Parts: sequence; structure tokens; C-alpha cells
Amino acid sequence: MKISRREFAKTGFRVIIGAAVSSTIIESIVTNSIAAEVSPGGGYDWKEHLWGYVVDTRKCIGCGRCANACKLENHVPFDEPVYRTWVERYRVLKDGEVKIDSPNGSINGFEDDIPAEEIKKAFYVPKICNHCEIAPCVQVCPVGATYETEDGVVLVDYDYCIGCRYCIQGCPYGARYFNTEKRTADKCTWCYHRITKGLLPACVQACPVGARIFGDLKDPESEVNKILDKERINVLKPDLGTKPKVYYVGLDREVR
Amino acid sequence: MTEGLIWGFVYPNEVEIQWSVLIVLYPYITGLVAGAFIASSLYHVFGKEEIRPVARFALLTALSFLLVATMPLLTHLGHPERGIEIMFTPHLTSAMSGFGYIYSFYLVIVAVEIWLSFREDIVKMALNSSGWRELLYSGLALFSYDISEKALHEDEKIAKKLAIIGIPSAAFLHGYVGFIFGGIKANPWWSTPLMPIIFLMSAIVSGIALLILLYIASMKLRKHPIDHKCLESLAHYLWVFLILDVALELLEIVSMKYESLEEIDIINRLLSEKIAFTFYGVQLTLGILIPFVLLLVIGLLKNRDTLKMILISISSVCVLIGVFAMRWNVVIGGQEISKSLSGTLTYVPVFFHPEGVLPALVIMTLPFIILLVVTYILPPWKDMEEETTQMGSILKKKS
Ligand code: SF4
Ligand code: SF4
Repeated sequence: MKISRREFAKTGFRVIIGAAVSSTIIESIVTNSIAAEVSPGGGYDWKEHLWGYVVDTRKCIGCGRCANACKLENHVPFDEPVYRTWVERYRVLKDGEVKIDSPNGSINGFEDDIPAEEIKKAFYVPKICNHCEIAPCVQVCPVGATYETEDGVVLVDYDYCIGCRYCIQGCPYGARYFNTEKRTADKCTWCYHRITKGLLPACVQACPVGARIFGDLKDPESEVNKILDKERINVLKPDLGTKPKVYYVGLDREVR
Repeated sequence: MTEGLIWGFVYPNEVEIQWSVLIVLYPYITGLVAGAFIASSLYHVFGKEEIRPVARFALLTALSFLLVATMPLLTHLGHPERGIEIMFTPHLTSAMSGFGYIYSFYLVIVAVEIWLSFREDIVKMALNSSGWRELLYSGLALFSYDISEKALHEDEKIAKKLAIIGIPSAAFLHGYVGFIFGGIKANPWWSTPLMPIIFLMSAIVSGIALLILLYIASMKLRKHPIDHKCLESLAHYLWVFLILDVALELLEIVSMKYESLEEIDIINRLLSEKIAFTFYGVQLTLGILIPFVLLLVIGLLKNRDTLKMILISISSVCVLIGVFAMRWNVVIGGQEISKSLSGTLTYVPVFFHPEGVLPALVIMTLPFIILLVVTYILPPWKDMEEETTQMGSILKKKS
């Protein structure tokens, strides 16, 4: 069989169109099934909000109340090493060594196991899912069970997740864990059940010093926006291009 | 998990290792499949006559392993019953979402390829048997009994075309498995564009090594002389692909060390403490260096067929162990470093556990049982034995 160049180009064109069309169809099935999934209801319109979170590391005192409140609020098992939020302690010693720890995710607070005179500087860094704008966990989920809502929250559809744990591997921040009861992936939801009712996430509410601030990025008057407008902020691992929506004030270069 | 298994700082959620020894098996098995298939294409596509005795046997081997390839994955899922969603609603940005399709496509290719290359035998068996065997073979023949010269020639042509499609799809099936790891930017030990091609090369060497061992074992079991020309030719290809494989593996390490990015400290720690033995010892020395030297020696030896056969077998065993270690070092090694880049963990395999060593062993024995059944239904022995039978009779006449 002889094929002229034009015919060849034509066939190639058809193949490309065919592939594009079929993938759009599949894509639309996927997005539809997701869009149909969560519609918080109750007069809440997710198109009107875009949630954001600020951590002021200068304020955190490492009491671990946030981590406790989260486990209670979201029924995260206390006896398993799984956390939706936790606090890390960084201690730069006088000899230059950096000690990082987060015993039991800070739930029981921290112990002074290094004499104060050996420490040059120390600080706490609360951690939580960053609800990345370009979330690798969403990207790698093979069935679309991890998805981003219209108001900027990354959630797991527990009725759909197949439990492959690819997302746990894909999250650069260690924010995800495997829920042994549901047998699915799990993580922080920014207390989606609360924020869609006008409440604050449990960790924000529990923080006694206001180190955790939550609010609407679409509202110019929100507390989050006020801080973002004024302070010098950073995000975790900016080089990975995930565009986190948890913003840090006073982030030290040692923080991982 | 106890504190002693952790060094430095790991994120609190990382204490649990997510992907167990079963996920080590997954790339190992698909690699054997891809390798065996590519070995058979050496004859089917590239017309390497020396490989003909094992060409069809290689296809059956590929099929036997392909049939279990999904098992370690399904066993590992939190919800195996939902696994099929990967076919119905694949999320196309995920490297893993293509698995269902690529796997099925490849299964069809291997099955049709086998059917075409065995069709003549199937029809003959259907015509010469009775009872349930007749039914079985007539079914397998799809009730088409045309084995005229012309029809067989047509078959061969289609088979060749299929095998030509088969090579890129075998490469894709396995290169893609490499991308599942290589595309994870969160993990510096995985994230490299070389991963797919490294996976592919090690797949080919492992497939050829497996074929060599199975060939020798089946000839010994059937008490039939070995076709040394075929064996040495396989050994030759093994050697060539080993060179490519080691070049890529070293390139990865060397460039990581040379560029020395932020993660180099933890990578060095991984290599010097966590996986030093399995990486330098098993993967590189036992799995590549030793077989490389042995195969080189074989090339220099003359007329020492038995010795050569022993050396080739030893090399193949080494390669198979080495490639397993390579999969281990990738899958487990990658999880033994913390994404905080400040600590390491230790994976301790458990024996009796749904994701432990026992199910892994069971899954690894299944393909051999399947192969036994498949070769019973579709015996490939004729190709393996006719040449050496002729040789045998000539020798007998001479003496
Ligand atoms: S922090 Fe991790 S779990 Fe949260 S959105 Fe980003 S990648 Fe996903
Ligand atoms: S564990 Fe669930 S949410 Fe995570 S990637 Fe797999 S299917 Fe998606």
C-alpha cells in the first residue's frame, strides 16, 4: 500500500483528533462524577469563597492543643501515628547542629530534653495540609478520589478511594496518612464540615495564641488577607511548584 | 513501630511505610513479562534464528507472569473491590491511571500472538483428538481449521506485525511502571527521568535470565540435550543489555552525586547506611558485575559446553537476584528516606501478613504453576527439541 504524504498527514490528524476527543469525554465523565459528589448545601455557595490559612510561627508556643482538637473533632485515632495537623520543634544548638522533633505529633506537648544553655535558638512550626493550588496528590490519584473543591479545599472522597496510597507518596509534606478503618487515604479537610457553616477549623479555634489564622482569600477584609498584604510571607518547599495555600510568617530556612 | 528504626526527623505521618514488599513484586513481575516478550521478538521480529527454539516458550512465559501481574497490586489496595474504577473513571493526570488499559492491551497482544504462533498445532491437535480434548482444542482454534500453506503464511505475517506493535507496548508497559516512581517529585530518590529507561533495561535482562533458566530447567526435566547455540545467543543478549543497564544505573547515581542538590545528604545516607548492602552488594556486584565477568569468560571459552552452561546459569541466577534487589532499592529505599530530608526509616518485612512475605511468595510461585498448565495445553517443546534431536541422531550414527 502506498500512502501519499497528504493522506498520511490526514490520517495522523484523525488519530490525534480521535485521541483528543476520547480523552475529553473521559475527562468530562471524571469531572462530572466529582462535581456531583460534594455540594455542601445549606445556603453555602462554594463559588463565593477561596479559603486560605496563615501560620505565624513567631507566636506558636508548642502546646499541641491544635493537634489534640483536630484528633477529637475529626475522629482521628489517638493510638495510631496518624495526624491531620502537628507541630514541629526546631532547635539550633550552639555547636551548629539542628534538632528537629515532633513527638506524637506534639499532642502531649514537648519536653525540655536539651539544657537551655546549649541551645542557640528554638521555635515551633505548626504543620497541616497546604491545600496546594497545584496539588500533587490530586494529580497522582488514579481514580480522581482526591479532588479540589471550588472553594480551594483538597478533599478525599472516601466512597471512591481505592486505597492505593499513591497520593501519600505524592504529597511532599507528609500531610496524608492511611485511615485503617476506612481503608482509604485521609488528611486534613480544613474542617470542611465547619467552615461551610461559617465556623473556624478546630485547630484555629483551639490555638490560645492566635498562631493559626483562617479566612477567605476572596474577601479583601479577611484576617488572612490583612496579614498577607502586610507581612513577609513564605510557603513550604516553594521550589516544588505546588503553590500551597498555607502561608507562613517568620519561616526559618531550617524548616523542612 | 519502635523508635530505633527511625533516625533523625521524619514527618509524624511517615512512620508507617505505605508500600510493602508486594509493591516490589509488581515492577519485578511486569519486568519479567516485558523481558521475556522482547526476547521472543528477537526471533519473531528480528528473525534471529538462534532464538527460535525458545521463541514460543518465551511467549508462554510472558503470559504466565502477565496473568499474575495485577495480583500484588490488588492485594495491596485498601479497597480491591473498587480497583476496577481505574478502568471506568481513570484520572488521566495520574501516571497510575493508565495501568488498566495498558495492561489489558498488552494482554490481548500476548494472547493473540500466542494463538497465531500455535494455531497450526492447535488445529492438528483438534483434528487428532477426541472427547474433551477435541472440544478444548477446537475451542482454542476458534473452530477455524484452515492450516493450508497460504493461511499459515498469513498467520505468520500478522504475528510479525503484532510482535512489532508488541515491542513498543512491552517497552511502554514497563517504562510506564518506571514513570510511576520517576514522576513523584516529592521523593528525590525516585524523581528522575531516567527511571523508565532504567526499569526497561533491567526488565529486559531479568526476562532473558528467566528464560535461560526456564529453558535449561525444562530441558533437564525432559531429559533432552540443550541447544547450546540458542543458549549462548541468549547469554550474548543478556550481556549486551547488562552493559546498557549498568551504564544507566551508574549515570543516575553519578549525576545525583555530582550535582549534589539539597537532598544529597539524605541520599548519601540512604546509600551508605540503609541500602548499602542491597545496592552496592546485591544490585551492582552480584547482579551486574559478577554476571558481566562470567558472561565475558563464556565468550572466550571454546568447546566447553557444560562449563559454559553452568556459568550461564549462575549468571542468570545472579541477574534475577540483582534485578529484584534493584526493585527493592527503588520501592523500599525510596520510602526509607523522609521527605523532610532530615531522617530515615526502616522497613521491616513481616511474614504472616496480608501484605507480607508469605503472600509475596505465593504470588511468585503462581506463574510457574500457570506455566506448567499452559505448556501442558500448548506444548512448545517441539521447537526446542527438534534441532538437538537431529544432532543427537547424527552423533549416534557417527559413533
Ligand atoms: S499538602 Fe499534600 S495532601 Fe495537602 S494538598 Fe498539598 S500535596 Fe495534597
Ligand atoms: S489512596 Fe485513594 S485518594 Fe489516594 S491516590 Fe489512591 S485512590 Fe486516590
